[in-house]
Amino acid sequence: MSATKPAIFNEMLSGDDVRPAYQNLEKWYRSMPAELRSLKQSEAEALFRRVGITFAVYGEGGDPERLIPFDMFPRVLTALEWRKLDHGVRQRAAALNAFLADVYDRREIIRAGRIPEHLVTNNEAFEKAAIGFRPPRGVFSHIVGVDLVRTGPDQFYVLEDNCRTPSGVSYMLQNREIMMRMFPQLFMESRIRPVDGYAGLLKKTLASVAPQKCQGEPNVVILTPGQFNSAYYEHSFLADLMGVELVEGQDLFVEGDFVWMKTTEGPKKVDVIYRRIDDAFIDPLCFKPDSMLGVPGLMSVYRSGGVTICSAPGAGVADDKAIYTYVPEMIRFYLGEEPILENVPTWQCAKADDCKYVLENLSELVVKEVHGSGGYGMLVGPKSDKSTIESFAAKIRKNPENYIAQPTLALSACPTFVEEGIAPRHVDLRPYCLVGENIELVPGGLTRVALTEGSLVVNSSQGGGVKDTWVLAE
Amino acid sequence: MLSRTADHLYWMARYIERAETTARLLEVGARNALLPNATGGYRNDWEAVLLAKGALEPFIEKYKDTNQRNIETFLFFDADNPSSVFSCLAAARENARVVRTALTAPAWDAINSSFQELRQLQRTERSKLMVTDLCEWTLRACQLIRGAFMSTQLRNDGYDFMGIGTTIERADNTARLIDVKYYVLLPSVNYVGSGLDQSQWALLLQSMTAQRAFNWSYQGEITAAKIAHLLILNRRFPRSLRACVQWYCEHLDDLAENYQNGTEAQEVAHKLLDDLRNATVDDIFEEGLHEFLARFMTRNAEVATTVHNVYLSGMPA
Repeated sequence: MSATKPAIFNEMLSGDDVRPAYQNLEKWYRSMPAELRSLKQSEAEALFRRVGITFAVYGEGGDPERLIPFDMFPRVLTALEWRKLDHGVRQRAAALNAFLADVYDRREIIRAGRIPEHLVTNNEAFEKAAIGFRPPRGVFSHIVGVDLVRTGPDQFYVLEDNCRTPSGVSYMLQNREIMMRMFPQLFMESRIRPVDGYAGLLKKTLASVAPQKCQGEPNVVILTPGQFNSAYYEHSFLADLMGVELVEGQDLFVEGDFVWMKTTEGPKKVDVIYRRIDDAFIDPLCFKPDSMLGVPGLMSVYRSGGVTICSAPGAGVADDKAIYTYVPEMIRFYLGEEPILENVPTWQCAKADDCKYVLENLSELVVKEVHGSGGYGMLVGPKSDKSTIESFAAKIRKNPENYIAQPTLALSACPTFVEEGIAPRHVDLRPYCLVGENIELVPGGLTRVALTEGSLVVNSSQGGGVKDTWVLAE
Repeated sequence: MLSRTADHLYWMARYIERAETTARLLEVGARNALLPNATGGYRNDWEAVLLAKGALEPFIEKYKDTNQRNIETFLFFDADNPSSVFSCLAAARENARVVRTALTAPAWDAINSSFQELRQLQRTERSKLMVTDLCEWTLRACQLIRGAFMSTQLRNDGYDFMGIGTTIERADNTARLIDVKYYVLLPSVNYVGSGLDQSQWALLLQSMTAQRAFNWSYQGEITAAKIAHLLILNRRFPRSLRACVQWYCEHLDDLAENYQNGTEAQEVAHKLLDDLRNATVDDIFEEGLHEFLARFMTRNAEVATTVHNVYLSGMPA
């Protein structure tokens, strides 16, 4: 164990030199008067507020419609860097879907002894109702959000996979929109690949997984829990861009072998549901009986091939943090390829040896709950005091299966506007991979940035911000 | 269109219209308080305004005293009062927010910025706010919002549902405003034709921004018959009962054409329009103005119920 801090990779710099990808931006920054900067910053905020790009936080007091802080300094990826990420993410999405199709069917990977059975069948996200069911084109997870971090010029790691309903893509699109509006000159001088094809690609992907019983143009809808959901803005934004209906559970009903939506002209059949609600709320007849969010009888229509649900119920079994460790194994097993993107080395507290190591080295590690999300329920060892570490250790001893641990990576930092000018702040990246007839993604993703100096937590629920993410053309 | 979307658009429009009526009533009350006081002080007049909103009881319960300041607070700012300007605009904005994708950017912008301004007013010290300014602000905000609808929204079914909501609500509100004047503001039949009666009719015109319309349409002095004609039967006056009913008939016809399917809502509405076309002021006074208005409100509500059943429930009969 070494006591020296690992050097942090600054994405803009190579030694003292500005990396070529950032040269335009550096010039732009240096020629921008401070007054213009604050003017543009408030202009950006007004734009976000005006188009209503907010995320809802209820029950915490304060303004229930908050803005996610937007940082105007873009994050840049070169064509070469992107090519690797693009291939790596698509490879991962393919393997995750192959895994899902397998665990709900023949379970070959388990029988081959490559993944322990209990990790799958004891998993809360494992959906018994999906056993033996093959969704159209065998796709379970149609939108895979892969969270990536970087530690060096050529070193990217996958932090986690989101196979259920990854959010944030509206920020990817809006950040670009607002940057283009505020700094058109910058875009003329740089060759930045567009991301605005995303909505078209998403619609094409969803239509490509229409059920067999569907005749003619599939009717695609987005199912939202409603306006009080924190991502409601995103749901309505995507519905708008795709030109499809944004429905709530109360707008749908089951009759005969199909799902219908209530319209002013009477019932209209629904073929594909991009749901942004959790499995547990899809159908009160199957899952939570007291929930009003879902549609009674939806699961039986789904199973009989009358409607496609995206992502498929049960897809979450592929994205929990215990399964994560095995994704490289999946890539080898199903695709016969070597993983292009690396996992972060991970200790599983469920294994006795790993657990011992973790407990002995807590102050160096990041510990996460297997099913946790959003930066909650985690321990950042180097940032925690002794008593926090001790009480966390007790939790791990009590329920080791519930935790995994990873080394604290030296996350790369990207120049970010701060009071005094710019300063490096840690970032991550979430590209959105679409899986249907084809596997595709637009060149870009959501860059989240930890605005507090030294902080590694980028989640919006924990005070993180967002940036525009540029992929340069070849 | 999703029934729920149509429902939100319809109610958004109704709430905007309702906010405007509350402001108009508040204006009437405040003006009335300035009139010579023949019947025991302005107290009664304020109570009349509250009665018109069906809000006298909840008001007394919360504020006890019917002074002007309390009533202003109650009718303008009070979130507990469902028909206060604040509640109506908040409800309109909430309905709009849910169906953002069915509104153009300028339409949403008009609603949302009006609501932000209203919040600003809420934070302003009350002694700096004049009731007339509050009423004028409300009228201007509502007109801005409707203007944004009219000049930017696609003329599709959503537009029709907004139009239907606006005009059903407006017809009901106009009927109520006339009714207030006749049965509540006027303490006794003895005053009919008196100076007080006269100035109250004038006030009613003013509350509907109808003085100029009146002068353009009718010569000579203000009489009950002329005003009743303007506000009930004149198809050219945009707040008259007939104009409102005609307006929603047009929207319903438009829907039937879009959907290639006529409905019961259309029939009920056209029946009401025919009756208004054939009515005369003499008939109305013979039946009794109050009775006529009550009957109208029931039939107007029946149109609303039918629209709901046919289009907004998602399950047409």
